[in-house]
Amino acid sequence: MSSDPLVVIVGAGPAGMAAARTLVEGGLRPLVLEKGPTPGGRLWQRPATVDFERRLPGHDPDRAERGVSDFLGIVDRIDWYPGTTVLDATRDRLWALGSDGVIDQTPWDALLVATGALDRVVPLPGWTLAGVYTLGGAQAALKVHGCAVGRRVAFLGTGPLLWLAAAQHLAAGAEVALVADTSHRLGALPALPDLLSDPQRLALGLACFRIVRRAGVPIRLGVRAAIVEGNETVRAISVESRGGRRHFTCDAVAMGFGLVPQTQLLDLLDVPFDLVPTSGLWLPRTDRSGRTPVPRVYAAGDGARVLGGDAARLSGERAALAILEDLGRPTDPERVARLERELARQERFARGLARAFPFPAELEARTDDDTVVCRCEGVTAGAIASAVRTFGRHDVNAVKALTRCGMGRCQGRLCGPAAARIAARAAGVPLGEAGRLRAQPPIEPLPARARCMVTEPNG
Amino acid sequence: MEDLDDPIDGAHGRWVRLARARGESVPFTIDGIPVRGHAGQMLIAAILAVRPDFGCLPPDRRSRAGFCLIGLCQDCWVRLADGRRVRACTTPLEAGMAVRLDPSDESW
Repeated sequence: MSSDPLVVIVGAGPAGMAAARTLVEGGLRPLVLEKGPTPGGRLWQRPATVDFERRLPGHDPDRAERGVSDFLGIVDRIDWYPGTTVLDATRDRLWALGSDGVIDQTPWDALLVATGALDRVVPLPGWTLAGVYTLGGAQAALKVHGCAVGRRVAFLGTGPLLWLAAAQHLAAGAEVALVADTSHRLGALPALPDLLSDPQRLALGLACFRIVRRAGVPIRLGVRAAIVEGNETVRAISVESRGGRRHFTCDAVAMGFGLVPQTQLLDLLDVPFDLVPTSGLWLPRTDRSGRTPVPRVYAAGDGARVLGGDAARLSGERAALAILEDLGRPTDPERVARLERELARQERFARGLARAFPFPAELEARTDDDTVVCRCEGVTAGAIASAVRTFGRHDVNAVKALTRCGMGRCQGRLCGPAAARIAARAAGVPLGEAGRLRAQPPIEPLPARARCMVTEPNG
Repeated sequence: MEDLDDPIDGAHGRWVRLARARGESVPFTIDGIPVRGHAGQMLIAAILAVRPDFGCLPPDRRSRAGFCLIGLCQDCWVRLADGRRVRACTTPLEAGMAVRLDPSDESW
């Protein structure tokens, strides 16, 4: 082995895979840690056990297969650890739980975080009932397992994934009860110039909308309120829009309001975060090259900024070139310039999407007192507001200590943004003053016996 | 679209099969009851093909059936008879797995 610098990539989705390939081409042997059993990430997750008879819109299994097999073609030139969950990161070391149940550590000289994104949820009455899923979850059930999450699925939320997931379900033969979008049709008009920056993706979005409309599925736009009804399991959804309030019978709901980058590792590494006023999300500070203000720490893909799958691939490649540049290795300036031009185009498209599908902050701020916000710990919006008023603290980390909101198994991944909004509202302060839930190691649950294997190998 | 002639997916399942499963049919059990699933599919898909939910499990005794399905929300942990607890959405089904959902079992 040489004394080459050790570059570690966390996450083998489109961003991580592109970065690995670029680093290999640059003469390095990166270490790639992936939580899942196979490479591909959410976008190219292998549908290992299903065969669809019809093609789903926006779903190209051949391309996914190519992407994954390209990566598998270089695994002998990288150090590849699938089934490995990263638990903690410091400035020179990573701790991870391997597929063998052993926690191990690795040093790193440069670290690329490409950990992807999770659906953003808005706590609504009934959203913790069995049968409510995220949009990404419903899509995974369909693409990976070949199943619809219910016999009659209602889709609620906003963003391109709402329409894509609904259209994919229809194409697969699922019964769709409703597509309810908190955004207004007219909101899309001012976004059009930006959306035209990627005509292919715009065309896909319009095609999805058409598929839903032609199927005769009820569509509600400008949804102001929604309640999932049922006792333990979903029975119906009621949504309120300009046309009034209506019930729709269903036995499953897929909901999502955009995506939240999974930034826990960047947080542990002290990368600064900035509040994006339009979305109300705190995002890690990165530039188009994938560099963060923390030396030797890089971020790519939807885990840094949600720009979609094409951009993830491009940003992974760009970040790998940044790593090579910073290590003093030769890179092709033409290639860097081309990638940055492409990324700028994807950023423009994302701005258009954000404008066409704004996050429904009002819906989040008006969460009913009785509604559960933290599904792990069962903490309601009322409990958060009451803690804020009683103790005079509106920092969301203080709210966590007072109420256990965000302290459960998912570590605030789902409830964090809503908890901050509700706390800020209760205190009458701007959202930014509630701050954001800080990541705490270990960032994923681990079996109690995992540690024993490290300290007592023969035990 | 009810079953695509799949003998495994039952009428009591929550999920509805829309594409033919390729994995071979393998036996496993839920609270001792023998059922079948497709090798390689994630445990959650195998369970919800024959059951409406996971029952009302600790810690909160809320009826659950998974949520994010990508290994992040931690809402689909189940026990196996060998003492392991696994996340059903990221754990592939293996022949002979013995899933324990009965909340009256005190070993939680």
